[in-house]
Order: sequence, then C-alpha cells, then structure tokens
Amino acid sequence: MKYASQKVAYWYFTCAMLLFVVQIFAGGLAGTVYVLPNVLADLLPFNIIRMIHTNALIVWLLMGFFGCAYYLVPEEAERDIESPLLAYVQLGLLMFGALAAVGGYTLRVHEGREFLEQPLWIKVAIVVVALIFLYNVSMTVLKGRKTAVTSVLLLGLWGIALFWLFAFYEPHNIAVDKLYWWYIVHLWVEGVWELVMASVLAFLMIKMTGVDREVIEKWLYSIVGLALFSGLLGTGHHYYWIGAPGYWQWVGSIFSSLEIAPFFAMVIFAFAMVWKGRRDHPNRAAMLWSIGCTIGAFFGAGIWGFLHTLSSVNYYSHGTQLTAAHGHLAFFGAYVMLNLALITYAMPYLRGRAPYNQALNIASFWLMTSAMTIMTFALTFAGVVQIQLQRVMGQSYMEVQDQLALFYWIRLGSGVLVAISVVMFLWSVFGPVREPKPATTSALQPAE
Amino acid sequence: MSERFTKSAARNIFYGGSIFFFVVFVALTAHSHWYMVNISTDSATLNENVIRGKHVWEKNACINCHTLLGEGAYFAPELGNVWVRYGGKDDPKAAREGLIAWIQSMPTGIEGRRQMPHFDLTDQELNDLVDFLEWTSRINTQKWPPNDAG
Repeated sequence: MKYASQKVAYWYFTCAMLLFVVQIFAGGLAGTVYVLPNVLADLLPFNIIRMIHTNALIVWLLMGFFGCAYYLVPEEAERDIESPLLAYVQLGLLMFGALAAVGGYTLRVHEGREFLEQPLWIKVAIVVVALIFLYNVSMTVLKGRKTAVTSVLLLGLWGIALFWLFAFYEPHNIAVDKLYWWYIVHLWVEGVWELVMASVLAFLMIKMTGVDREVIEKWLYSIVGLALFSGLLGTGHHYYWIGAPGYWQWVGSIFSSLEIAPFFAMVIFAFAMVWKGRRDHPNRAAMLWSIGCTIGAFFGAGIWGFLHTLSSVNYYSHGTQLTAAHGHLAFFGAYVMLNLALITYAMPYLRGRAPYNQALNIASFWLMTSAMTIMTFALTFAGVVQIQLQRVMGQSYMEVQDQLALFYWIRLGSGVLVAISVVMFLWSVFGPVREPKPATTSALQPAE
Repeated sequence: MSERFTKSAARNIFYGGSIFFFVVFVALTAHSHWYMVNISTDSATLNENVIRGKHVWEKNACINCHTLLGEGAYFAPELGNVWVRYGGKDDPKAAREGLIAWIQSMPTGIEGRRQMPHFDLTDQELNDLVDFLEWTSRINTQKWPPNDAG
C-alpha cells in the first residue's frame, strides 16, 4: 500500500464480502425452494428471496467496484484520495441503504420493477452515494497523474451513475417501461461495467506482469472499444419481443453476436501479458483469479450469451432456464471473479502482509469455478428440455417444470459447493496470517 | 499489434466509435419509443384501470416469480399472454373471473407444488390487474411467445 488513504478500500471490500454472503445465502434458499417448494412458502415467498439474491449481488459488485477504484486510483494518480472521510461517509450510507433494503424486503417493503425494487428513498440515497463517489474519485484523478486506466475507469463509473437515473423514469406503458429499463440493466452489465472490468484488469496486468504500460493501455482502449461498439446496439437483443420494431431482430442479432469479441480479446490480452511479462508475481492466487476472470467472462457472457442471442433462437429460448444459466455464469465469470481477483491482489497490501493462505485461496478458486460450471450446465440442460417441451411441443409451464427436478437438485448441490468455496475464500483473505511481512523490502522484489 | 496502431489511435477510435454508436442507439430508441406509443401498443385504451393495474403488478413484485413478455424470474408461468391462455379473446368475462378466482385461491398448500403467496387484493385491485394483463396481451410482440403455453 503506497498511499495511506487506500485503506478505505479494505472496508469497501469487507462490506462487499458481507453482502456476498447474504447473496449466496439467499441463492441457496431460492435453490432449495425450487426443489422443496413448500419451504418457507408462507414466511418468505420466492419473490422476496429472489429479490434479496439479485439486489445483494448487484450492490456488492458495485461496492467492490468502488473499493477497486479507491484502491487503484491513488496508485494511478500518484496521490492520496481527495477525501477519505467522504469515502467512509459514502460507504456508511451505501451499506445502510443496502441493509435497510434487504431488511425491508423481508417485511414486504419494496417497489416492483425487476432489480429496481428498492424503495424510492434508497434510490435517491444511491444517487447521493454516486455523487459523493464521483466527486471524490474525479478530483483525485484531476489533480493527479492521468492514465488510460483511470480515464476508462472514470468513464465507466460516470456511465453507471448516469444510466442509474433511468430508475426514476417509470412510464405507464409497460412496453416503453421495458425499453428504458434496459438502459440501466443492459447498458450497465453489457456496457459501462465492462469498462470498469477492463480497466481493473489492465491495472492488475500492469502491476503483476510488469509489461510496459503503453502496451497494456493500447490493449485497454481496443478492448473497451470492442465492448461499446458491439454492446450499445447489442441492447437490441432485449428488444425482440417487447413491442419494439422488427428491425431490432437484425440489429440485435448482428451486434450482440459481436459482444463476444471484447471478452475474447480480454482472454488473449491476459495470456499475452502474462507470457510477455516474464515475472513471477508472488501472489499466484491473484494471478489465477485475474486470468480465470477473463475465461469465466468469455464463457459466461460470451459463449453462453451467443448461444441464445440470435433472434431466431431467442424466439424459443427467451425467458427460460437457459437465460438463467447465462445470467449466473456471466455475472460470476465477469464481475464476481473480477472483484475476487482485485481483493486477492490488494488484501495483502491493505493488511500489510506478504501474500498469505495462497493454497486455500487457490483451492477456493477451483472449487468455486467448478461448482459454477456444474450449475451452469444443470440450468442449460434444464433450459434445453424446457424449450423443447414448452416452446416447441406446447406443454404447460408447470407440467414442464415438474420434469426438470433432477436439474434443480444438481443446481442446489452445486450451490452448496459455491457456499463452501466462499467460506474458504473469505478465510483465505480475512483469516489469520501465517507468513509475517518481510522485515525489509528487497530490491529484487519482482513486481508490485 | 503493429507500431502504426498506437495507443492514441486506439483511444481515438474508442471515443469516436463509442459516441457514434451511442448516437445511433439513442436515435433508434427514440424511434422505438414512437413506434410503441403509436403502433405496437394500444395507447387509446391505456386508461386509469390499466395504469393502476400496473402498480398492483409492481407493488406485489409479481415479476420476481413470473415473467412478463419473457422478462422476470423463471419460477412461475409467463403472464404476457395469460389473458389469451384463459380464453379472454373469446370470453372475456369468464377469463376475468377465472383469473381472479385463481389469485384468490392461493396458496394451494399442495405438498410438492410451487406456492403462490396470498395477496390481499381488493376487488378493484384484482380487476385493475386483470385489465393490465389484458392490455399487455394485446401488445404486438412480433408473434412471441411461440404458443399459448408462454
């Protein structure tokens, strides 16, 4: 840790991981209700459980992004954060809002658009949080060194805040409502979030491989270029069946097929930099998560996205378990793994230790990714069967669901494995430290 | 990457291209907005009942079990065409009564079957919700879903 104010990232990561646990717990419950439908039916119905599962995920990923920004911006800008106090105020407000939302959901206090269930005051609080954050980070960057990493990161973070404003626009016409709802949902996860992802990844590559910044930043601009060129018009793949004009079937199919390109580029980028770097970074676990993240995103967002993005396929697959399979692996591969990569990288510095518990962290990587792969395949097979029985043969929804029980059991089992791997991960980064910090910093220390 | 493709070239392509595609996207969305209001949905019948019905739909977070035009959770049936599935096109009165009776009889409590919660809805709320579902079923969705099963 080069700048004292980077320490705020530690608390962002801690709060993020707390909500990660909430998310996984709710996911486990939801998976249980799928196979044992009477569980909790009166106390906590499925819609509430799912709301907690998805909201906790989104908020902890954002909290993780904020933590990433507070960690890397000082090193990039070469100065302390403008106001660490504001950063803590921002975190307190966001965490309070998140916990109040989750608590409120259990008492049936919520609004009703998917992912935007937060009561109005929490939506407003999120705007305040965003304003504090953008002020703090932008000032830090403006007064310091400007790099491509911070430019792209800031653009992504400003975009997140800007598109969030569509949460306040609720047209009476449900078709128009859906049209702009995607301005938040799609333009976040298949747009500006990718800018955050690519810039954090670029930072990790600069630090861990030691490859020349010029090379890495050229890659960064190329990757985010591919992301937005394909992703903006790729929004069209959500406009096929909601009352929008037919041309979206062409526009959406063509451009969203290209959405795989930035993810493929990230894989090539990560491997090329690691080979080129010729440096053995001591934090092997962080390296594994970084490279793994590009592969997870490539399969989850890229391949599984492409599987059902062509309108002729999507006509049959839209809104089935295949969509769920894609959603799970894409969020995990791209954004969960990215956050875990930076947390694994930064925690030793934030705690002032040498990289520790590497074996446990690496074991959690393999268990988590394997379990998520099994979950994805289970849901994919469920989706394919559902498409055939329901969309092609016309059997009724519930009749079909009864035939998918086996897949849902496998999904629950893999979910339990994910929960175990999360505990392992948390222990590896927050648990007791075995190796003390070296007394002196060796001049031969390979990379940062 | 070759030396001619420099970092600043990559940066300029990124910013220029992104602005271009964003402008195109916003323009197409604006057209789609117009198309939805004037062509694919029936704005004339988007009355107070339908608007209130949409709020009932939202207040009770129906979307977190059901899908509507394929969007939502995948735990319960698609409702964009539930009006059609209940025969509302031929016998609107029976469809309305059937839907309301179904909602009111929840939860079934049958062991091993997914449970829809009991929602305390007034007669007006129930009718508004059905109006909303009826209105939604008439959106021109490019012939989606493929069949009545949704």
